[in-house]
Amino acid sequence: MGQVMVVTSGKGGVGKTTSTAALGAALAQTGQTVAMVDFDVGLRNLDLVMGAERRVVFDLINVIQGQAKLAQAMIRDKRLDTLFLLPASQTRDKDALTEDGVAKVMKELTANFDWVICDSPAGIGKGAVFAMQHADLAVVVTNPEISSVRDSDRIIGLLDAKTEKAKKGHDVEKYLLISRYDENRATSGDMLQIDDILEILSIPLLSVVPESQEVLRASNLGSPVTLCSPNSAPAAAYRDAARRLNGEVVALTIPKEKNRLFGRIFGRRAA
Amino acid sequence: MADICTPFRLVGRSHVLFVLTPQPPITVWLGELDTWIQRSQGFFDGKPIVLDLSDVSLNKPEFIALIGDLKARNIPIIAVEGVDSELLDPELPPLMSSNRSSEVIEAAKAEPANALTVPQDVLPEPTSLVVDKPVRSGQSVVFANGDVTVLGSISSGAEVIAGGSIHIYGTLSGRAMAGVTGNAEARVICRKFNPELVCIDGTYSIIDDTTSHLVGLPVQAWLEQDQMHMRELA
Repeated sequence: MGQVMVVTSGKGGVGKTTSTAALGAALAQTGQTVAMVDFDVGLRNLDLVMGAERRVVFDLINVIQGQAKLAQAMIRDKRLDTLFLLPASQTRDKDALTEDGVAKVMKELTANFDWVICDSPAGIGKGAVFAMQHADLAVVVTNPEISSVRDSDRIIGLLDAKTEKAKKGHDVEKYLLISRYDENRATSGDMLQIDDILEILSIPLLSVVPESQEVLRASNLGSPVTLCSPNSAPAAAYRDAARRLNGEVVALTIPKEKNRLFGRIFGRRAA
Repeated sequence: MADICTPFRLVGRSHVLFVLTPQPPITVWLGELDTWIQRSQGFFDGKPIVLDLSDVSLNKPEFIALIGDLKARNIPIIAVEGVDSELLDPELPPLMSSNRSSEVIEAAKAEPANALTVPQDVLPEPTSLVVDKPVRSGQSVVFANGDVTVLGSISSGAEVIAGGSIHIYGTLSGRAMAGVTGNAEARVICRKFNPELVCIDGTYSIIDDTTSHLVGLPVQAWLEQDQMHMRELA
């Protein structure tokens, strides 16, 4: 039986889809089979970030409504043999999701894959609840700013109330992934510090992904940052996160951009 | 065949209920109520409420209209008090029949010696609630029967509503409403103070220029003659 992991945040634009793609690729690189499911019906993005937008034939809603078999809808990644994507439908909305349909798809996926990663839509509506419903563990993506932290707090409350595991009285494992972290701005007080975020949310920290141009570049190229620029700081952060999800003990460091120091020296000289 | 049946049971039970006491003029009072509801959305939803009409004199159409107005605000009235029984008919909420406070006073007037023989079981059992998880944004803990102790934090956008005092061992970043059943002795005590709102027995306070120096400190808040006081815990 594979593990179901939801990548969620409450707030939009904090990096759920980017993190789903990067973590999915990092887990698949260890040889495990990974299925990524886009739950953002009507506003799908995961296919773009994975560079698979021209390969979508059937989607999650087709499978739920019985118009296609799961195996027909799954798209195998061209770079990694063990990485698969189940896209969302762009022409439908969240009402097309049904409880029984999602449960059936999840059951089939967990029987065939080591990891099932659900990319949650933003918000706390039906789509977000469906995405988290069958999760064994949750990765809560947060940016170091107060509105994102409060929305994450709200989502953690929902994870403790709305998931199948919570309803049976068990705890959904929750991990915090801080993305778009800029150490200089945190030290200067423009940004929330990691300790402040951890104090408010009180869940264990999975990784800190630094703000980087590489992430944007990877998204535009349609490739997860862990594959597209494996030597970059964000890729290292996601790889560490994947290792921790596999139960390894990895010392927590905040990866830095390698050329940052030179940039700063030149920057100061110029000024 | 054995005749097994559970005996018919009738149990007396005391509940803590919220009582609304309209003040004249009713339209102004309804306006204030709306403001209150807006500040604490969902507070009344589904909660059984008793309507005390002793401060207003209403004729039957006005009375029916008031019940309708409250119903429209999703406030279900289960009983009324302080009103002439002639105003009521089977369609309307019944008159509160066992008003304990008035009974006790009457008994005391008639036979003062009886005051000592009040049976012990009349005293309500002291109760308290311990919340061992953080109260997260969007969550609301309502406990009208006593004190609430929160071992974690109350997050921004979360609220705790208690009949008694509220003790917070983490940070108070959300709303704490103590003494909501009319207990002016209730206090709000927290280890790290940064609230969105503190309320004791209907008296509200937010962080302003005079209290901003308390942010981040261990603080207690209490009422003195309807005035909210806040001070760092020594």
